[in-house]
Amino acid sequence: MALISGWGRFPVVDTDLLTPRSFAAVGDAIAATSGGIARGNGRAYGDAGIGVSQTLAMTAFDRVRSFDPATGRIRLEAGVLLSDLIETFGPRGFLPYVVPGTRFVSVGGAIAADVHGKNHHCEGGFGRYVDSILLRTGAGETIEASREANPDVFLASIGGMGLTGVILEATLRLRPVETGWIRERVISASDLHAAMRALDAGDSATYSVAWIDCVARGSDLGRSLIYLGEHASASELPDGAETFPRGQDPRLNVPIDLPSMTLNRYSVRAFNELYYRMGARRAGGSHLVSIFPYFFPLDGVGAWNRIYGRRGFLQHQCVIPHEGALGVLGDILDRVSRRGDASFLAVLKKLGQGDGLMSFPMPGYTLALDFPASGNIMNFLDEIDRLVVAAGGRLYLAKDARQSRSTFEAGYPALQRFKEIRASLDPMAKIRSKLSQRLFDEVQP
Amino acid sequence: MNSRKIALVLGGSSDIGRATARSFAKAGWDVQLAGRDAAALEPDAADLNARYGIGASTHRFDVLDTASFDGFVAGLPALPDVVISIVGLLGSQETAERDLDHATTIMRSNYEGPALILGLFAEKFLARGSGSIVGVSTVAGDRGRASNYVYGSAKAGFSAFLSGLRARASRSGVHVVTVKPGFVRTKMTEGMKLIGPLTVEAPVVGDAIFGAVERRTDVVYVSGKWRLVMFIIKALPEAVFKKLKF
Repeated sequence: MALISGWGRFPVVDTDLLTPRSFAAVGDAIAATSGGIARGNGRAYGDAGIGVSQTLAMTAFDRVRSFDPATGRIRLEAGVLLSDLIETFGPRGFLPYVVPGTRFVSVGGAIAADVHGKNHHCEGGFGRYVDSILLRTGAGETIEASREANPDVFLASIGGMGLTGVILEATLRLRPVETGWIRERVISASDLHAAMRALDAGDSATYSVAWIDCVARGSDLGRSLIYLGEHASASELPDGAETFPRGQDPRLNVPIDLPSMTLNRYSVRAFNELYYRMGARRAGGSHLVSIFPYFFPLDGVGAWNRIYGRRGFLQHQCVIPHEGALGVLGDILDRVSRRGDASFLAVLKKLGQGDGLMSFPMPGYTLALDFPASGNIMNFLDEIDRLVVAAGGRLYLAKDARQSRSTFEAGYPALQRFKEIRASLDPMAKIRSKLSQRLFDEVQP
Repeated sequence: MNSRKIALVLGGSSDIGRATARSFAKAGWDVQLAGRDAAALEPDAADLNARYGIGASTHRFDVLDTASFDGFVAGLPALPDVVISIVGLLGSQETAERDLDHATTIMRSNYEGPALILGLFAEKFLARGSGSIVGVSTVAGDRGRASNYVYGSAKAGFSAFLSGLRARASRSGVHVVTVKPGFVRTKMTEGMKLIGPLTVEAPVVGDAIFGAVERRTDVVYVSGKWRLVMFIIKALPEAVFKKLKF
């Protein structure tokens, strides 16, 4: 048994932790368990990567099976990390089409969570670039699923949180790129309305995201910096620049759990003020930035999840449909700023249509907030959830550790269909995570 | 005929072996992977080829089957530029204390086999006048400890063999590297209690081995901290050391 948690370090759960090294060993483990789930690199924040009684660490499956440089199609084992893909194939002119805010996620995890990046509004999620997967089901079958073969299984697995079975391998399409640089343009927005308008105006940009100052109040509520980006061509690079910059190891590390009061309204307010002013000064023109700080700013700080202290933290990421989004997001931000509970990171971004049956994205705006797991935070987030549900939105399962069944059911209307597909693949309900147990497994007698 | 250099990895299916093969392939070397089950090495060879576009072949090699060594060397498609032995067996100290067969297997896997095969390559390399020979030994060979002295003594023998070979080859173009990883998170150490700050991941060892070949380093402690730790452990008077239960 081992005590494990997600990236948010809440909750901490005791489970059997196995590291299978062959697909046969994965099958044996599933056959032997009453509730297991695959875990990639453990970057889901809450309880998605923790099995009810057994957790399968998939990191030993880190092989590339084949790669076609003519088409960018790649077949690989599910434990390969995006960081590995980027470092190996970036210099050869290929990157994943979609990357989340950290590169330290596995391909299997990226498929299971149908992760989105700064380009979701125009290019969709990770699942859109998956051609097929090899899946080991709870019933003990190994099946290849794609949009043509077993399409129901395929679409239920994109964003299915690993609950259709253990993803063993996948075939992806990679994006041809000339360089490892992004041409970035920063726009400052003085309030939420301006930020949303700037994101709307940035719809034609490949990448767009807004960083929100969550402690700004009153007329400054929702003031933001908007980052737009395009892949830079080779001709845009200055002479002598490396075509593909190296990904650096974390320059900073958080070696210990910081006292939970390190982040308070004063320290965050001071930081945000400085950050906003420096960003606003850069606003207007465009400049080149390496893909690493552009896509993965927090990967520069090792073990940054320790900054919230031993009790861990909760991330709340919702998506709100376009209609009425300004009012709802304004209400949420107002409550957050009045609460004074520092959110270290607040990100606003536009999403498009989701690609899988249970994918988080829907057309609208997504807002991501961090909170230390302390005080009356649960009640506060329940209130926020009521606003999300009333607006027809939902929460991102890869970030979730605490939403209620009713919030989940309201947000994911395909749940019934998903359960049917799962039941057909796994009649004995062997594939179960703490997340599925919390949100929708039939209650066990 | 391509001009890429070739690295032969003995023990290619181990975590350190796979990582070492990647480190060389990443730098544009062709790789020969050798292990007891050649078929099991195929996915790793395919991985190296897909990642780096280099040539990777697989070969059957059993470190206990010393009679097969001549044939193994002769059967390689090309004499490699570098041979790296990662072969080893931790075994069970407790079993080895009672079971001579188990003790023999540990000794042969960690000393006899690796020393003999590297010795064979040394003759070929010396005749050619070039090549690097890398033996992965262990810090546990620096001083015999109660908890693993059967393994440690075999590795100590291997370290001494490498040291002597290095001295003999010093005026030739052949170079010998002794690698002493401390704790490495691998299949072999799964479930063991490792001391975090003294523990490294397999890719760090792979890169260290590649770096040692490039820089022609003699002895590599993968984590510099181990050099200090082992200096202290070696310096302890025997009367004190023998009372330590580790």
